[in-house]
Amino acid sequence: MVRNITLGQFIPGHSVIHRLDARTKILLLIAYIVFIFCAANYISLLMMTAVSLAVVLATKIKFRLYLKSLKVILLVVLLTGILNIFNGSGRILWELGLIKITEGGINNAIFVTVRIAVLVLISSVLTFTTSPSDLTDALEKILKPLSIFHIKVHEIAMMMTIALRFIPVLLEETDKIMNAQKARGADLESGNIFYRIKALIPILIPLFVSAFRRANDLATAMECRCYNGGVNRTRMKVLCFSGLDLFGLIFSMIIFVGVIVSNLCIPAVVR
Amino acid sequence: MSIIKVEKLTLVYGQGTSFEKTALNDVSFEIQSGDFVGVIGHTGSGKSTLVQLLNGLLKPTDGKVFLDGKDIWANPKKIRNVRFKVGMVFQYPEYQLFEETVYKDIAFGPKNMGMTEEETDQKVRSAAEFAGLQSDHLYKSPFDLSGGEKRRAAIAGVIAMDPDVLILDEPTAGLDPLGRDVLLSQIRNYHNMRKNTIVLVSHSMEDVARICDKILVMDHGNKKMFDTTENVFLRAEELESIGLRIPQITKIMHMLKQNGVNINANIFTVEQAFNEIINYLGT
Repeated sequence: MVRNITLGQFIPGHSVIHRLDARTKILLLIAYIVFIFCAANYISLLMMTAVSLAVVLATKIKFRLYLKSLKVILLVVLLTGILNIFNGSGRILWELGLIKITEGGINNAIFVTVRIAVLVLISSVLTFTTSPSDLTDALEKILKPLSIFHIKVHEIAMMMTIALRFIPVLLEETDKIMNAQKARGADLESGNIFYRIKALIPILIPLFVSAFRRANDLATAMECRCYNGGVNRTRMKVLCFSGLDLFGLIFSMIIFVGVIVSNLCIPAVVR
Repeated sequence: MSIIKVEKLTLVYGQGTSFEKTALNDVSFEIQSGDFVGVIGHTGSGKSTLVQLLNGLLKPTDGKVFLDGKDIWANPKKIRNVRFKVGMVFQYPEYQLFEETVYKDIAFGPKNMGMTEEETDQKVRSAAEFAGLQSDHLYKSPFDLSGGEKRRAAIAGVIAMDPDVLILDEPTAGLDPLGRDVLLSQIRNYHNMRKNTIVLVSHSMEDVARICDKILVMDHGNKKMFDTTENVFLRAEELESIGLRIPQITKIMHMLKQNGVNINANIFTVEQAFNEIINYLGT
């Protein structure tokens, strides 16, 4: 049950996207998200979608896994899509009392649906192809400038690393505890909502107890190895920019310029 | 009469993904009512997977599990009843404790079965006694107990359901030698008194040899042997080829016999060996 979650999962590989520097990937992801929401006509939307799909293919990860992460937000996408059909102006295509479907509404619906889907796809690309430790390392590097405001960037990054590291451990633990309570006849699948919430107690309490126990053990282990924060620490794996990253950046720039140009030349269909 | 029958059981984890792994491969056997079976094998040999299939926590990819002659997955909605009949004590069971008092925690299983207060009370007390818990521990918080006592409380929680088949997955893991000995002999006593069926999973030959009547040997998801303890240990070389060792004392007795000392070599504990050798020297 809990094993079906693909969001945030890292899938090792050697594709071009896997080999990109994590910093490049994070910055490009942010840029792509900005531009997918900037794309205001069908040409630029198509351009962004095509590029995102190309990137997805380049990861050489089975498309089924992407579909799985899309499935999680399917309901949200459909709901916003449908709501948007009725929210728009322009030529009226169909009318029933207060409800009317307009050309603008249909455009809105298509844009919202595609934008969210692409957003999830390219975010999955980042988490699928970047190991959690690379990800937090890169975040630490990117946020480094904040340390002049006395923000402890290293500590935040360390907390994130630990949190990410322990997600699978806690999932496994949840699985084990659920099995143990099910073996004692705990009924998690039937009954009304209050009954179900009550049924979670035998799982949540042991889970919290073990999370605190693990945190305590980990803190002791770190102290035993004289861990003392970020000053003067070196890394085993050093992030470095390569020709590949340069290529990725230039390629993306061209796409972004394309989106801007098409936005300027062609009238926008959505706001 | 066979209480558990397993037919061509196969389990594949993560079927259809890149993490596909066959944990159990075409395993068939029968456990008779009243048997005390040890399941032995290396880490990753499929022991834990096998026992989780026996009480319906995992659903087999292929093959069937019969309990009292009935396919346990015939009606998936009734699977809870199977879990009441086949009690399961997991590895490190102390991590499942959650109630305010040990008493309430042990009562969790019986209450889920729908027993009355009186029945529950009686089951809780007898289970605590079987597991060797002192009665004043019953009203303490389970989190105030020592490691060994927590383990006992958790085992009592399963025994309280009075299952026909009791499965214990590595019950002695992480206990000191004395604690281990005491726990094993308590399990044996429980079996002798209730005459129910027990399946004990372990990777320690010494433990299994001491208390089990039959041994099921697993290797890489396959059933290698299933026979009485004596017969399994006669195949010492085969066991060694899959990286398992017969108890040291049994090995010594086998060697003595091979060198012409006329003794009974089917001996699994130092105590038995001591008596056997004294007897031999006396005659």
